[in-house]
Amino acid sequence: MRKHADLIFQMVSLSALLVALAALAALVFDIVSDGAGRLSFQFLTSIASRNAEDAGVYHALMGSIWVIALTGALALPIGVAAAIFLEEYGSRSGTARFIELNISNLAAVPSIIYGLLGLGLFVRLMGMGQSVLAGSATLALLALPVVIMSTREALRTVPNSIREGSYALGATKWQTIWNQVLPMAMPGVLTGLILALSRAIGETAPLITIGALTYIPFAPDSIWSKFTVLPIQVFNWVSRPQPEFKANAAAGILVLMVLLLSMNAIAIVVRDRQQRRGRI
Amino acid sequence: MTTRTLEWIIERALFLCAALSVLTTAGIIAVLAIETYEFLREVPVLDFLTGTEWTPLFSNQKFGVLPLVVGTMLVSSIAMVVALPMGLLSAIYLSEYSPSGFRRVVKPVLEILAGVPTVVYGYFALTFVTPLLQQVFPTLSGFNALSPGLVMGLMILPLVSSLSEDAMRAVPQGLREGSYALGATRMQTALRVVVPSAFSGITAAFILAVSRAIGETMIVAIAAGQQPRLTGNPFVPIETMTAYIVQVSLGDTPQGTIEYRTIFAVGMLLFLMTFTLNLISTWLRERFREEYA
Repeated sequence: MRKHADLIFQMVSLSALLVALAALAALVFDIVSDGAGRLSFQFLTSIASRNAEDAGVYHALMGSIWVIALTGALALPIGVAAAIFLEEYGSRSGTARFIELNISNLAAVPSIIYGLLGLGLFVRLMGMGQSVLAGSATLALLALPVVIMSTREALRTVPNSIREGSYALGATKWQTIWNQVLPMAMPGVLTGLILALSRAIGETAPLITIGALTYIPFAPDSIWSKFTVLPIQVFNWVSRPQPEFKANAAAGILVLMVLLLSMNAIAIVVRDRQQRRGRI
Repeated sequence: MTTRTLEWIIERALFLCAALSVLTTAGIIAVLAIETYEFLREVPVLDFLTGTEWTPLFSNQKFGVLPLVVGTMLVSSIAMVVALPMGLLSAIYLSEYSPSGFRRVVKPVLEILAGVPTVVYGYFALTFVTPLLQQVFPTLSGFNALSPGLVMGLMILPLVSSLSEDAMRAVPQGLREGSYALGATRMQTALRVVVPSAFSGITAAFILAVSRAIGETMIVAIAAGQQPRLTGNPFVPIETMTAYIVQVSLGDTPQGTIEYRTIFAVGMLLFLMTFTLNLISTWLRERFREEYA
């Protein structure tokens, strides 16, 4: 009897897991079957249009690439610097504890709240307007907690003997960090950055909130350009009643997913190389 | 410049970068507080918090936020009914039953589920789940709380499962062995020893999941409709706090008007709700860490 109950419970637990995986399969199937027919060279190179058949994602794809590149450029130095301070300098002080608590709380603030911060601070107060820069600054703040946490993990894997060896040769603390610790931690740092960016590239709500427009018939050409991004374009198409636009949305999602998966693939390759180097 | 001053300058600069996170929190609170203060000078706080009609975009403006709060709660509750039991059961399976090879395959797949952009889940809810549900419930409206709620549950499931699994794996092996030695089955061990021992960690995961559901935006903006209404009926269109912020942001609302300020007031409420939940969750996790330190 007890054995029966155990077996039944095991089956119930397993089926909970399998239902989740089946739902993921349904999601992938739904999007591929709706969107694959719409994917074409024309779709990748055309801009938004009133006619569903003529419309494409070129402007939104370029917008996404601009925004993500700039987000990475902003979040990487600040995030790494913050992580170095917390891990190498301040780990015992009360200030560092407070900052840590703050970061873990920020990681759980809804992304749309960052959008309101970006709207009030970057778009209005600093006068950046609805530009690529304002969008990237907002997403950089959103990505920072992830970058900081993964960089700290990477710094922690560097053995202390490396630091002590460097000190023994007369290097200062910063020379040790810059010449020894950081290069060793770099693959881990980059993996974390890419994962943070692959989350940021799918973000829609904060960019809508700062006023990234849904109809922009051109690709950005500077950090001051107005812009739209792939997920916003998808949202715009989903919101229209005509079924042709739904197909466009699904095809847009496929482009977004390919972009996301290739970023994840890069992260895996980087992590792999790091592990192989670690063994030598 | 001597090496020592240079080192000092570098340390200060690094500190400033770390302090930016505190400034971010302060910035969020300041931006929200300023606009909310202006908003509350025109709308009494009691009317805002207890009013049952939300029509700031109509000519007959009413600023009772309850319909948005109830809409948010409705969708989040549906999501939790899916995510909590299924996430916990998945975690129990992965931590207590699964062969390690199976775990190594399933965990990355669950991570994919967690990494799918929310706009994709919104599309899935609107074009797949809603039509499917309509075959079961013919009265279901094209926009409703049920479908985005279910899909949101699916989205949050990996979070619940992975955090609960971490908590359960942190339970010392000795406790399990003691339980087996007394003749308990794996189910009895899981439910009466492991889950109670990991209780604060699991609760922390649950609370974080609730906070994530309340703040989730795109699924509800796409599939739940834009009709603020005070109802517990999951079959009709509703509007959540987050979907309202999106709705206003898509329009061309001029700065300085009361309509513009409503999104900050709603945002403030959302921030306070999620911030409280996050603090409780962090506190519980810390406590759990101490128990098995």
